[in-house]
Amino acid sequence: MAVIRGSGVAETNRVIAKGESYGNIDDSINRPIEEHPLRTPLWWWIGFSMAGALLLLYLVTVVKLITTGIGIFGNNQPVAWAFPIVNFVWWIGIGHAGTLISAALLLFRQPWRTSINRAAEAMTIFAVVCAGLYPILHLGRQWVFYWLLPYPNTFGLFPQFRSPLDWDLFAIGTYASVSILFWYIGLVPDFATLRDRARNTFMRWFYALLSLGWNGSAKAWQRYQRAYLILAALSFPLVLSVHSTIGMDFAVAQVPGWNNTIVPPYFVAGAVFAGFAMVLILAIPLRRAFGLEKLITMRHLDNSSKLMLATGMIVVYGYFIEAFIAWYSGVEFERYMIYNRVFGQEHWWAFWLLILCNGIAIQPLWSKRIRQNPLALFIISIIVSIGMWLERFVIIVVSLTKDFLPSSWHTFVATFWDYALYLGSFGLFFTLWFLFIRLLPSIASTEMKELAHHDEHHGSDYYEDARAEEFREKGLPV
Amino acid sequence: MSDAALSHDNHADDSAAELFGVVAEFGDAESILEAAGIAKAEGYTRMDAYTPFAVEDLDDALGMQPTRLGWVVLIMGITGALVGFFMQLYANASFYPLNIGGKPLNSWPNFIVITFEFTVLFSAFTAGLFMLGRNGLPRPYHSIFNTPGFENATRDRFFLCIEARDPKFDADEAHSFLESLEPLRVSKVEK
Repeated sequence: MAVIRGSGVAETNRVIAKGESYGNIDDSINRPIEEHPLRTPLWWWIGFSMAGALLLLYLVTVVKLITTGIGIFGNNQPVAWAFPIVNFVWWIGIGHAGTLISAALLLFRQPWRTSINRAAEAMTIFAVVCAGLYPILHLGRQWVFYWLLPYPNTFGLFPQFRSPLDWDLFAIGTYASVSILFWYIGLVPDFATLRDRARNTFMRWFYALLSLGWNGSAKAWQRYQRAYLILAALSFPLVLSVHSTIGMDFAVAQVPGWNNTIVPPYFVAGAVFAGFAMVLILAIPLRRAFGLEKLITMRHLDNSSKLMLATGMIVVYGYFIEAFIAWYSGVEFERYMIYNRVFGQEHWWAFWLLILCNGIAIQPLWSKRIRQNPLALFIISIIVSIGMWLERFVIIVVSLTKDFLPSSWHTFVATFWDYALYLGSFGLFFTLWFLFIRLLPSIASTEMKELAHHDEHHGSDYYEDARAEEFREKGLPV
Repeated sequence: MSDAALSHDNHADDSAAELFGVVAEFGDAESILEAAGIAKAEGYTRMDAYTPFAVEDLDDALGMQPTRLGWVVLIMGITGALVGFFMQLYANASFYPLNIGGKPLNSWPNFIVITFEFTVLFSAFTAGLFMLGRNGLPRPYHSIFNTPGFENATRDRFFLCIEARDPKFDADEAHSFLESLEPLRVSKVEK
């Protein structure tokens, strides 16, 4: 079902546009990154410099933080966990969609994952980098962060392994390193492609070193595919465990609003929800800027938004269950927590804005017309990202401001540095992102060729083709 | 690289040069699958194919054994689980016994998460590094790169190589055999 857009690009709902040859795929993916540095498009420079400026803000904040102490933030007692942890959970959640696309959808044999998995994995790694720095920056004495690791030391001490905070360290450490490994293994054959296409010595050496001398032999491919499948099978439970562990940081504590058995699965759903929103935020401009509409098709946007809708509804269900359990438990602190969250004088707006962003703004996604409209998807995704940040704010900060004893209640006011570190982390993320799309193939070209091969011989998009045929027979616009 | 490949090609008929093998170039995945099957039936055993993407069943067609990667990963995964669990047990129950809320020292449910993470960490790195290691990567030089036109092996060409170490190998015989499969070109490739 091709739709002709104003710019004259034929949109398609197939997983890959029909009749793409191997060489074609190679060219459309790799040409943008082979351009001479001076011919880098203007939009890239604009985006990169904006990201770079924010990165500077980040670095300034980090220096200020380390030289002054975490007193520069609005954290207080009882709100000891504030923006740094809100942002940490937000960023790590965003990362999860990348792993789900690359691992879970591979295991479920969803061919549409192929053209977005590389970019989504890159997004995962950059988001985990942003996330992982927050707990370290939040430590107070950042330079002794390695005390968290178990190693033989002169204190004769080990970390407290019964604490979810230590589980976190292992979960995120494993997640970051396995994600980078998975991403790199996936990139090796693509580096070899770039090495063989290279037109100058520098590029040939650069990509040859990264490709490790990959030659694409059948035996190598056999091991490669098995390793890739195993990595996918390991990453899928890993990604579920990571956000569950983060959920347990809260669920194991006794703070009203945190101490809930639903937290781990509900956090995982929220993570996927926010992650798919970020995938759309990144993929929609990317496909347009690099002219990748035949590879990242409407199908990808459509499917991602369906997943966003499904996980979003799970998250909304979580909000209702939290309220229900608070009432059903009969615990007065829990009941007051919900009352404060929904009607409390200070933060009622955060809760209702969150319902608006996460519950109501996604409802248009039921309509196919909206799911086929990149601009609408882009806007909804941004709203969802804001909503998911508010969700973490409500859970973490609003719960802490009014816990048990009214005499120890205290409000929370974010400072300039709180916002600076958050905005700055966007700089870190997007600097890495712009470097990635400029230097590395943002679509896995070898996997796309495999997909094109399948499509040619087995017609991997049977249903879409059948529907297009049916439309044609009925004389409807195709 | 192409210059070097060309000069190698010119010398390919020189019988004094040590051969790596004879290589045929094909234009699509089906042809190489078929060719591999015929070559296997012909009795060649030391063959390899070089393709831009993983062609399904090509390893079977070439008569390759399945990889043992999965078993190695399983063993290392179990090792990871044991290391992870006993590290925690040793640290919190034996080296520095820590009483938290009167829980038993071996409060194993608390150790599950880190045990799981260790399992994944060990198995994932085994899978990745074992795959690279067994494939001989990183590798600065491989004779197959002397094949003329091999830069297309990562683009849209498929190469079948009968290696010189094959017991049945005879350069001219292999050359004419590969010619009979109607490839785009056949070349003798030096070591």
